[in-house]
Amino acid sequence: MSVRSSIMVPRGAPLPVLLPLRRPAPRSLTLPLDAAWQRRATLVVLVLLASWLLCAEALAQAGVARPGIVALLWKWTPVIFSGFLFNILISVLSMAIGTVAGVALGLLQVSLVRPVRRSAWVVTQFFRNAPWLVILFYCILLIPFEFTILGATVPFPAWIKAVIGLSLPVMAYVSEFVRGAVSSIPSGQWEAAESLAFSRLQTMTMIILPQCVKRLLPPWMNLYAILTMATPLVSIVGVQEAMTLTRAALSSEGRFDLLIPMYLYILVWFFLYCYPISRYTVRLEQRHGRAS
Amino acid sequence: MTPSARPTAAWTPDQPIVSVSDVHKSFGDVEVLKGIGFEVAKGEVICIIGPSGSGKSTLLRCINALVPINSGSITVEGQEVNDPRLDKLALRRKVGMVFQQYNLFPHRTALANIMMAPVHVLKQDRAEVLVRARELMRKVRLEGKEDSYPGELSGGQQQRVAIARSLAMNPDVMLFDEVTAALDPETVKEVLVTIRELAEEGMTCMLVTHEMGFARELADHIYFTDRGVIVEHGPPETFFKQASDPRTREFLSQIL
Repeated sequence: MSVRSSIMVPRGAPLPVLLPLRRPAPRSLTLPLDAAWQRRATLVVLVLLASWLLCAEALAQAGVARPGIVALLWKWTPVIFSGFLFNILISVLSMAIGTVAGVALGLLQVSLVRPVRRSAWVVTQFFRNAPWLVILFYCILLIPFEFTILGATVPFPAWIKAVIGLSLPVMAYVSEFVRGAVSSIPSGQWEAAESLAFSRLQTMTMIILPQCVKRLLPPWMNLYAILTMATPLVSIVGVQEAMTLTRAALSSEGRFDLLIPMYLYILVWFFLYCYPISRYTVRLEQRHGRAS
Repeated sequence: MTPSARPTAAWTPDQPIVSVSDVHKSFGDVEVLKGIGFEVAKGEVICIIGPSGSGKSTLLRCINALVPINSGSITVEGQEVNDPRLDKLALRRKVGMVFQQYNLFPHRTALANIMMAPVHVLKQDRAEVLVRARELMRKVRLEGKEDSYPGELSGGQQQRVAIARSLAMNPDVMLFDEVTAALDPETVKEVLVTIRELAEEGMTCMLVTHEMGFARELADHIYFTDRGVIVEHGPPETFFKQASDPRTREFLSQIL
């Protein structure tokens, strides 16, 4: 309907000119506020948060003579921080293993040999479409707690199993990123390399993959942020990370009014770690968009 | 074809450097080459013209084995291209190719584009290659652009880097696939000048082109293809004046 009405022109009015189709500008995921507004909003949130905590503190101290919320949070900070470092360690290791395996799997997905290509695709799809928690449980149960290699017994603690469990979905995502990036390189690049007598391996490592890095970096960093936020999942299998330690702290204090501040505290920690990564990713994407 | 058209081992420069006979090629159900045959002598410049979709680009791609042929024979310096035991590396060292879309490697500088293949494929000494690459940049009149990335160069400049990149492998035959078709009219000339200089130095050149003036002036022989066959061919003097086939005449009348 709207198309027809836009064609109808009142008598005497100038004829409409066929304008080029304009796509709406891509909306960024951030709020449509400028930097000053963002700073102000952040400040307001922090002030609200602090005043709420102080009120709770004052109320707690006015009531019975027991330690306030802030004091308790402070008391448990070193313990929880050590757990948080463990989260980061798990995320870094999972990301490293997942990336190496994922690049390899992604390259198999663009192999010239059909069975190789198909099986790499199946593995990728399987781990990409499985819940992380289920994969995690699966790994914990499947992998033995120790290996015996040449008579020497190598222990295999739960947290390493958890690292492997988390690296599997990472591998699948990276594999898809790599496949997508490789196939987005124009076929002329392959032809030119081939006509200059480069082997397929040389073409891949010297010509195709270097051009993919720029495209791969933003989704890869996004994936890392998501992975970091998923690391508390490993608390379920008894790894001493931030979430497990928080729960331990809460049960040892036994105070209901501590529950919400404590979890909020953990949330803020993750936020402070992940938000800069996602900001930087957006910056990279914008720069990439401008460059191309 | 006579057996002499398929030399096996010893090739001498008096024999055709490229010899194509009865080549057929299909993509799925579409037959794009339906029995093409011709010969190119060393130092000769041939132009292949014809309407789009007549299989010209495919033909060039068959000669350096980018596209495998279904039947027939192509030899380059006596080496059978359709042989499954073909050493593709050896073939592609002899045959350079320049593309319509330049296809420079965008993540490397102009100089690095020229040096990559000699250093990594031919394993030549980097310092020697560097000297030669700088000479080639001078030859294509791009001194001072060595450290520019392809994205910073104009189309004509990129195409000249692509020619230099191909020459760095010291090929015996150069294939040019509509190398000026994507260029602005004002930069076409600079690329044609480079090709003319190459031809005058005695390089064997096979060009697919729509530049009729250029073809008339430079080519030793012109082939007109339509729907997968060579309709007509001859030296430019006779070809442009006395084209006899109605398809050739129609094509020429449209383009001239």
